[in-house]
Amino acid sequence: MYTTDMYEGLLAETITLTGANGERINAYLARPLGAGPFPAIVLAHHMPGWDQWYREVALKFALRGYVSLSPNLYFRSGHGTPEDIAAKVRAEGGIPDDQAVGDLAGALGYLRASAYTNGKVGIFGTCSGGRHAYLAACRAPGFDAVVDCWGGRVVMKPEELNSNFPVAPIDYTKDLPCPILGLFGNEDSSPSPEQVDLHEAELKKNNKVYEFYRYDGAGHGFFYYHRPNYRQEQAVDGWQKLFAFLEKYLG
Amino acid sequence: MCTMIVKKVEIAGSAKGASDWFRLEKANVSFDHPFNAPFEHALNIDFVNESQGPSARIAVELSEDAARELVKTILSVLDQAEAGGHLESQRQRTP
Repeated sequence: MYTTDMYEGLLAETITLTGANGERINAYLARPLGAGPFPAIVLAHHMPGWDQWYREVALKFALRGYVSLSPNLYFRSGHGTPEDIAAKVRAEGGIPDDQAVGDLAGALGYLRASAYTNGKVGIFGTCSGGRHAYLAACRAPGFDAVVDCWGGRVVMKPEELNSNFPVAPIDYTKDLPCPILGLFGNEDSSPSPEQVDLHEAELKKNNKVYEFYRYDGAGHGFFYYHRPNYRQEQAVDGWQKLFAFLEKYLG
Repeated sequence: MCTMIVKKVEIAGSAKGASDWFRLEKANVSFDHPFNAPFEHALNIDFVNESQGPSARIAVELSEDAARELVKTILSVLDQAEAGGHLESQRQRTP
Protein backbone atom coordinates (compact mmCIF):
# COMPACT_ATOMS: atom_id res chain seq x y z
CA MET A 1 0.00 0.00 0.00
CA TYR A 2 1.34 3.42 -0.88
CA THR A 3 1.86 6.25 1.55
CA THR A 4 1.60 9.92 0.72
CA ASP A 5 5.36 10.48 0.84
CA MET A 6 6.12 7.88 -1.84
CA TYR A 7 7.02 8.33 -5.46
CA GLU A 8 5.08 6.01 -7.72
CA GLY A 9 4.63 5.60 -11.42
CA LEU A 10 3.13 3.26 -13.96
CA LEU A 11 3.88 2.31 -17.50
CA ALA A 12 0.97 1.22 -19.68
CA GLU A 13 1.08 0.49 -23.37
CA THR A 14 -0.06 -1.76 -26.17
CA ILE A 15 2.43 -4.49 -26.99
CA THR A 16 2.41 -7.58 -29.20
CA LEU A 17 3.02 -11.15 -28.10
CA THR A 18 2.96 -14.62 -29.60
CA GLY A 19 -0.39 -16.30 -29.05
CA ALA A 20 -2.10 -19.47 -30.25
CA ASN A 21 -0.56 -21.22 -33.25
CA GLY A 22 2.46 -18.93 -33.09
CA GLU A 23 0.39 -15.97 -34.31
CA ARG A 24 1.14 -12.43 -33.16
CA ILE A 25 -1.66 -10.63 -31.33
CA ASN A 26 -1.79 -7.33 -29.47
CA ALA A 27 -2.15 -6.94 -25.73
CA TYR A 28 -2.38 -4.20 -23.11
CA LEU A 29 0.42 -4.18 -20.56
CA ALA A 30 0.38 -2.13 -17.35
CA ARG A 31 3.12 -2.31 -14.76
CA PRO A 32 4.65 -0.37 -11.92
CA LEU A 33 7.80 1.51 -12.83
CA GLY A 34 10.97 0.06 -11.46
CA ALA A 35 12.92 -3.14 -11.56
CA GLY A 36 10.59 -5.09 -9.31
CA PRO A 37 10.49 -7.98 -9.17
CA PHE A 38 6.68 -7.80 -9.26
CA PRO A 39 4.06 -10.54 -9.26
CA ALA A 40 2.18 -10.75 -12.53
CA ILE A 41 -1.32 -11.45 -13.73
CA VAL A 42 -2.91 -12.25 -17.07
CA LEU A 43 -6.33 -10.69 -17.66
CA ALA A 44 -8.85 -12.65 -19.75
CA HIS A 45 -11.31 -10.06 -21.01
CA HIS A 46 -15.06 -10.51 -21.02
CA MET A 47 -17.66 -11.03 -23.73
CA PRO A 48 -18.09 -7.26 -24.39
CA GLY A 49 -14.57 -7.34 -25.68
CA TRP A 50 -11.08 -5.99 -25.17
CA ASP A 51 -12.56 -2.80 -23.89
CA GLN A 52 -12.08 0.21 -21.66
CA TRP A 53 -13.05 -1.66 -18.51
CA TYR A 54 -10.22 -4.13 -19.01
CA ARG A 55 -7.73 -1.32 -19.50
CA GLU A 56 -8.90 0.18 -16.25
CA VAL A 57 -8.59 -3.19 -14.52
CA ALA A 58 -5.06 -3.56 -15.89
CA LEU A 59 -4.22 -0.18 -14.37
CA LYS A 60 -5.88 -1.16 -11.09
CA PHE A 61 -3.68 -4.25 -10.82
CA ALA A 62 -0.60 -2.22 -11.71
CA LEU A 63 -1.44 0.31 -8.99
CA ARG A 64 -1.53 -2.59 -6.56
CA GLY A 65 1.94 -3.69 -7.60
CA TYR A 66 1.19 -6.28 -10.30
CA VAL A 67 2.43 -6.49 -13.83
CA SER A 68 -0.82 -7.04 -15.69
CA LEU A 69 -1.26 -8.14 -19.25
CA SER A 70 -4.54 -8.30 -21.14
CA PRO A 71 -4.26 -10.05 -24.51
CA ASN A 72 -6.76 -9.17 -27.22
CA LEU A 73 -8.56 -12.50 -27.49
CA TYR A 74 -10.62 -11.13 -30.40
CA PHE A 75 -7.57 -10.05 -32.42
CA ARG A 76 -8.34 -12.44 -35.27
CA SER A 77 -11.83 -11.00 -35.73
CA GLY A 78 -10.46 -7.75 -37.08
CA HIS A 79 -10.14 -4.22 -35.79
CA GLY A 80 -12.60 -1.47 -34.99
CA THR A 81 -14.31 -0.30 -31.84
CA PRO A 82 -14.33 -2.94 -29.07
CA GLU A 83 -18.13 -3.17 -29.32
CA ASP A 84 -18.15 -3.72 -33.08
CA ILE A 85 -15.53 -6.44 -32.81
CA ALA A 86 -17.28 -8.07 -29.85
CA ALA A 87 -20.58 -8.01 -31.75
CA LYS A 88 -18.87 -9.77 -34.63
CA VAL A 89 -17.51 -12.43 -32.28
CA ARG A 90 -20.95 -12.79 -30.71
CA ALA A 91 -22.44 -13.42 -34.15
CA GLU A 92 -19.76 -16.02 -34.84
CA GLY A 93 -20.73 -17.87 -31.67
CA GLY A 94 -17.62 -16.96 -29.71
CA ILE A 95 -13.98 -17.88 -30.16
CA PRO A 96 -12.62 -21.44 -30.04
CA ASP A 97 -11.45 -22.56 -26.62
CA ASP A 98 -8.12 -23.81 -27.99
CA GLN A 99 -7.42 -20.37 -29.45
CA ALA A 100 -8.23 -18.57 -26.19
CA VAL A 101 -6.07 -20.95 -24.16
CA GLY A 102 -3.21 -20.53 -26.65
CA ASP A 103 -3.39 -16.74 -26.47
CA LEU A 104 -3.53 -16.74 -22.66
CA ALA A 105 -0.60 -19.17 -22.54
CA GLY A 106 1.27 -16.75 -24.79
CA ALA A 107 0.62 -13.97 -22.29
CA LEU A 108 1.91 -16.23 -19.51
CA GLY A 109 5.08 -16.87 -21.52
CA TYR A 110 5.58 -13.15 -22.13
CA LEU A 111 5.35 -12.40 -18.41
CA ARG A 112 7.61 -15.27 -17.40
CA ALA A 113 10.26 -13.97 -19.80
CA SER A 114 10.08 -10.43 -18.39
CA ALA A 115 12.97 -9.29 -16.24
CA TYR A 116 10.76 -7.40 -13.80
CA THR A 117 8.44 -10.23 -12.68
CA ASN A 118 8.98 -12.38 -9.59
CA GLY A 119 8.21 -15.70 -11.26
CA LYS A 120 4.63 -15.89 -9.99
CA VAL A 121 1.84 -15.41 -12.53
CA GLY A 122 -1.89 -15.54 -11.88
CA ILE A 123 -4.84 -15.26 -14.22
CA PHE A 124 -8.07 -13.30 -13.77
CA GLY A 125 -11.22 -13.15 -15.86
CA THR A 126 -14.84 -12.07 -15.71
CA CYS A 127 -17.87 -13.44 -17.58
CA SER A 128 -16.59 -15.43 -20.58
CA GLY A 129 -13.13 -14.38 -19.37
CA GLY A 130 -13.72 -16.20 -16.09
CA ARG A 131 -14.41 -19.34 -18.09
CA HIS A 132 -11.35 -18.75 -20.27
CA ALA A 133 -9.19 -18.09 -17.19
CA TYR A 134 -10.27 -21.40 -15.67
CA LEU A 135 -9.64 -23.27 -18.92
CA ALA A 136 -6.20 -21.71 -19.29
CA ALA A 137 -5.25 -22.46 -15.69
CA CYS A 138 -6.20 -26.12 -16.18
CA ARG A 139 -4.67 -26.55 -19.62
CA ALA A 140 -1.67 -24.21 -19.88
CA PRO A 141 0.97 -25.26 -17.35
CA GLY A 142 2.48 -22.55 -15.22
CA PHE A 143 -0.23 -20.41 -13.61
CA ASP A 144 0.13 -19.99 -9.84
CA ALA A 145 -3.41 -18.80 -9.06
CA VAL A 146 -6.68 -18.26 -10.91
CA VAL A 147 -9.56 -15.87 -10.24
CA ASP A 148 -12.87 -16.80 -11.87
CA CYS A 149 -15.44 -14.03 -11.59
CA TRP A 150 -18.90 -15.32 -12.58
CA GLY A 151 -17.59 -17.33 -15.49
CA GLY A 152 -20.56 -18.82 -17.31
CA ARG A 153 -20.61 -22.16 -19.10
CA VAL A 154 -17.96 -23.80 -16.93
CA VAL A 155 -20.66 -26.42 -16.55
CA MET A 156 -22.05 -27.36 -19.98
CA LYS A 157 -24.69 -29.72 -21.26
CA PRO A 158 -23.58 -32.30 -23.84
CA GLU A 159 -25.66 -30.56 -26.52
CA GLU A 160 -23.71 -27.33 -25.94
CA LEU A 161 -20.39 -28.96 -26.90
CA ASN A 162 -19.09 -28.51 -30.46
CA SER A 163 -15.81 -28.16 -32.32
CA ASN A 164 -15.15 -24.75 -30.74
CA PHE A 165 -16.07 -25.93 -27.26
CA PRO A 166 -15.26 -29.65 -27.27
CA VAL A 167 -14.91 -30.15 -23.51
CA ALA A 168 -16.76 -28.52 -20.63
CA PRO A 169 -14.24 -26.62 -18.47
CA ILE A 170 -15.44 -28.43 -15.34
CA ASP A 171 -14.14 -31.66 -16.86
CA TYR A 172 -10.57 -30.31 -16.71
CA THR A 173 -10.78 -29.77 -12.96
CA LYS A 174 -8.54 -32.70 -12.12
CA ASP A 175 -5.74 -30.94 -14.05
CA LEU A 176 -5.99 -27.62 -12.18
CA PRO A 177 -2.52 -27.08 -10.70
CA CYS A 178 -3.13 -23.96 -8.61
CA PRO A 179 -5.52 -22.41 -6.07
CA ILE A 180 -8.72 -20.83 -7.38
CA LEU A 181 -10.80 -17.92 -6.12
CA GLY A 182 -14.39 -17.80 -7.37
CA LEU A 183 -16.72 -14.81 -6.98
CA PHE A 184 -20.37 -15.28 -7.88
CA GLY A 185 -23.73 -13.56 -7.57
CA ASN A 186 -26.59 -15.65 -6.25
CA GLU A 187 -28.99 -13.96 -8.70
CA ASP A 188 -26.91 -14.90 -11.73
CA SER A 189 -28.33 -17.27 -14.35
CA SER A 190 -25.00 -18.07 -16.01
CA PRO A 191 -23.49 -19.42 -13.87
CA SER A 192 -26.53 -20.31 -11.80
CA PRO A 193 -26.06 -21.11 -8.09
CA GLU A 194 -26.66 -24.76 -8.97
CA GLN A 195 -23.83 -24.69 -11.52
CA VAL A 196 -21.53 -23.06 -8.97
CA ASP A 197 -22.47 -25.90 -6.58
CA LEU A 198 -21.42 -28.45 -9.19
CA HIS A 199 -18.13 -26.66 -9.81
CA GLU A 200 -17.37 -26.45 -6.12
CA ALA A 201 -18.20 -30.13 -5.62
CA GLU A 202 -15.81 -31.05 -8.44
CA LEU A 203 -13.01 -28.99 -6.90
CA LYS A 204 -13.64 -30.62 -3.54
CA LYS A 205 -13.72 -34.10 -5.03
CA ASN A 206 -10.33 -33.50 -6.64
CA ASN A 207 -8.80 -32.04 -3.45
CA LYS A 208 -8.15 -28.64 -5.02
CA VAL A 209 -7.41 -25.49 -3.03
CA TYR A 210 -10.33 -23.15 -3.57
CA GLU A 211 -12.18 -20.19 -2.11
CA PHE A 212 -15.68 -19.56 -3.41
CA TYR A 213 -17.71 -16.54 -2.32
CA ARG A 214 -21.35 -16.14 -3.30
CA TYR A 215 -23.10 -12.83 -2.86
CA ASP A 216 -26.75 -12.29 -2.10
CA GLY A 217 -28.32 -9.31 -3.83
CA ALA A 218 -25.92 -9.61 -6.77
CA GLY A 219 -26.25 -11.11 -10.22
CA HIS A 220 -23.88 -11.24 -13.15
CA GLY A 221 -21.06 -8.72 -13.45
CA PHE A 222 -21.46 -6.98 -10.13
CA PHE A 223 -18.01 -5.31 -10.48
CA TYR A 224 -19.13 -3.38 -13.59
CA TYR A 225 -19.68 0.11 -12.22
CA HIS A 226 -20.86 1.35 -15.62
CA ARG A 227 -23.73 -1.14 -15.76
CA PRO A 228 -26.96 -1.37 -13.73
CA ASN A 229 -25.88 -4.74 -12.31
CA TYR A 230 -23.11 -3.03 -10.30
CA ARG A 231 -23.39 -3.78 -6.59
CA GLN A 232 -21.21 -1.47 -4.54
CA GLU A 233 -21.03 -3.40 -1.28
CA GLN A 234 -20.47 -6.78 -2.92
CA ALA A 235 -17.93 -5.35 -5.37
CA VAL A 236 -15.84 -3.73 -2.63
CA ASP A 237 -15.83 -6.96 -0.65
CA GLY A 238 -15.03 -8.97 -3.78
CA TRP A 239 -12.02 -6.82 -4.68
CA GLN A 240 -10.73 -7.09 -1.11
CA LYS A 241 -11.00 -10.87 -1.16
CA LEU A 242 -9.41 -10.96 -4.60
CA PHE A 243 -6.33 -8.97 -3.61
CA ALA A 244 -5.95 -10.92 -0.35
CA PHE A 245 -6.02 -14.16 -2.35
CA LEU A 246 -3.45 -12.93 -4.86
CA GLU A 247 -1.17 -11.59 -2.13
CA LYS A 248 -1.27 -15.02 -0.51
CA TYR A 249 -0.33 -16.96 -3.62
CA LEU A 250 1.63 -14.51 -5.79
CA GLY A 251 3.09 -12.01 -3.35
CA MET B 1 -20.74 -14.69 -24.50
CA CYS B 2 -22.58 -16.27 -21.72
CA THR B 3 -25.68 -17.66 -23.42
CA MET B 4 -24.30 -18.29 -26.92
CA ILE B 5 -27.85 -17.97 -28.26
CA VAL B 6 -27.40 -16.43 -31.71
CA LYS B 7 -28.84 -16.83 -35.19
CA LYS B 8 -27.98 -15.16 -38.47
CA VAL B 9 -30.44 -14.33 -41.20
CA GLU B 10 -29.74 -12.97 -44.68
CA ILE B 11 -31.72 -9.82 -45.36
CA ALA B 12 -32.08 -7.19 -48.06
CA GLY B 13 -32.40 -3.48 -47.38
CA SER B 14 -30.42 -0.46 -46.25
CA ALA B 15 -29.41 0.96 -42.90
CA LYS B 16 -28.33 4.44 -41.87
CA GLY B 17 -25.02 4.43 -40.05
CA ALA B 18 -23.26 7.28 -38.28
CA SER B 19 -22.08 8.82 -41.52
CA ASP B 20 -24.07 7.34 -44.36
CA TRP B 21 -26.40 4.67 -45.60
CA PHE B 22 -25.09 1.20 -46.36
CA ARG B 23 -26.53 -1.87 -48.00
CA LEU B 24 -27.59 -4.59 -45.55
CA GLU B 25 -26.76 -8.23 -46.10
CA LYS B 26 -27.38 -9.87 -42.75
CA ALA B 27 -29.05 -9.53 -39.36
CA ASN B 28 -27.43 -11.22 -36.38
CA VAL B 29 -30.00 -11.90 -33.70
CA SER B 30 -28.85 -12.91 -30.24
CA PHE B 31 -30.11 -13.14 -26.69
CA ASP B 32 -27.03 -12.29 -24.67
CA HIS B 33 -25.36 -9.48 -22.77
CA PRO B 34 -26.10 -6.08 -24.33
CA PHE B 35 -23.44 -3.38 -24.53
CA ASN B 36 -25.68 -0.52 -23.53
CA ALA B 37 -29.28 -1.44 -22.69
CA PRO B 38 -29.80 -1.68 -18.90
CA PHE B 39 -30.49 -5.43 -18.80
CA GLU B 40 -28.35 -8.45 -17.94
CA HIS B 41 -29.49 -10.03 -21.19
CA ALA B 42 -31.26 -8.46 -24.15
CA LEU B 43 -32.62 -9.35 -27.55
CA ASN B 44 -29.84 -7.92 -29.68
CA ILE B 45 -30.09 -7.32 -33.40
CA ASP B 46 -27.03 -6.29 -35.37
CA PHE B 47 -27.86 -5.22 -38.91
CA VAL B 48 -24.57 -5.66 -40.76
CA ASN B 49 -22.71 -5.73 -44.02
CA GLU B 50 -19.58 -7.77 -43.28
CA SER B 51 -17.99 -6.87 -46.59
CA GLN B 52 -17.76 -3.26 -45.36
CA GLY B 53 -16.03 -4.15 -42.11
CA PRO B 54 -17.14 -4.39 -38.48
CA SER B 55 -18.24 -0.75 -38.28
CA ALA B 56 -20.99 -1.36 -40.85
CA ARG B 57 -23.34 -2.31 -38.04
CA ILE B 58 -26.58 -0.90 -36.73
CA ALA B 59 -27.10 -2.23 -33.23
CA VAL B 60 -30.43 -2.55 -31.45
CA GLU B 61 -30.74 -3.94 -27.92
CA LEU B 62 -34.30 -4.65 -26.79
CA SER B 63 -36.04 -5.93 -23.69
CA GLU B 64 -37.89 -9.19 -24.11
CA ASP B 65 -41.27 -7.41 -24.11
CA ALA B 66 -40.09 -4.78 -26.58
CA ALA B 67 -38.76 -7.45 -28.93
CA ARG B 68 -42.04 -9.36 -28.91
CA GLU B 69 -44.05 -6.18 -29.47
CA LEU B 70 -41.76 -5.19 -32.33
CA VAL B 71 -42.20 -8.56 -34.04
CA LYS B 72 -45.98 -8.34 -33.68
CA THR B 73 -46.00 -4.79 -35.00
CA ILE B 74 -43.84 -5.64 -38.01
CA LEU B 75 -46.11 -8.55 -38.90
CA SER B 76 -49.19 -6.40 -38.42
CA VAL B 77 -47.85 -3.70 -40.72
CA LEU B 78 -46.93 -6.30 -43.34
CA ASP B 79 -50.42 -7.79 -43.11
CA GLN B 80 -51.96 -4.36 -43.64
CA ALA B 81 -49.69 -3.70 -46.60
CA GLU B 82 -50.57 -7.08 -48.08
CA ALA B 83 -54.29 -6.35 -47.66
CA GLY B 84 -53.81 -3.15 -49.62
CA GLY B 85 -51.86 -4.88 -52.36
CA HIS B 86 -48.75 -2.85 -51.66
CA LEU B 87 -46.18 -5.64 -51.23
CA GLU B 88 -43.40 -5.83 -53.80
CA SER B 89 -44.05 -9.55 -54.20
CA GLN B 90 -47.73 -8.84 -55.06
CA ARG B 91 -46.91 -6.06 -57.50
CA GLN B 92 -44.39 -8.27 -59.36
CA ARG B 93 -47.21 -10.79 -59.96
CA THR B 94 -49.42 -8.11 -61.49
CA PRO B 95 -49.21 -8.11 -65.34
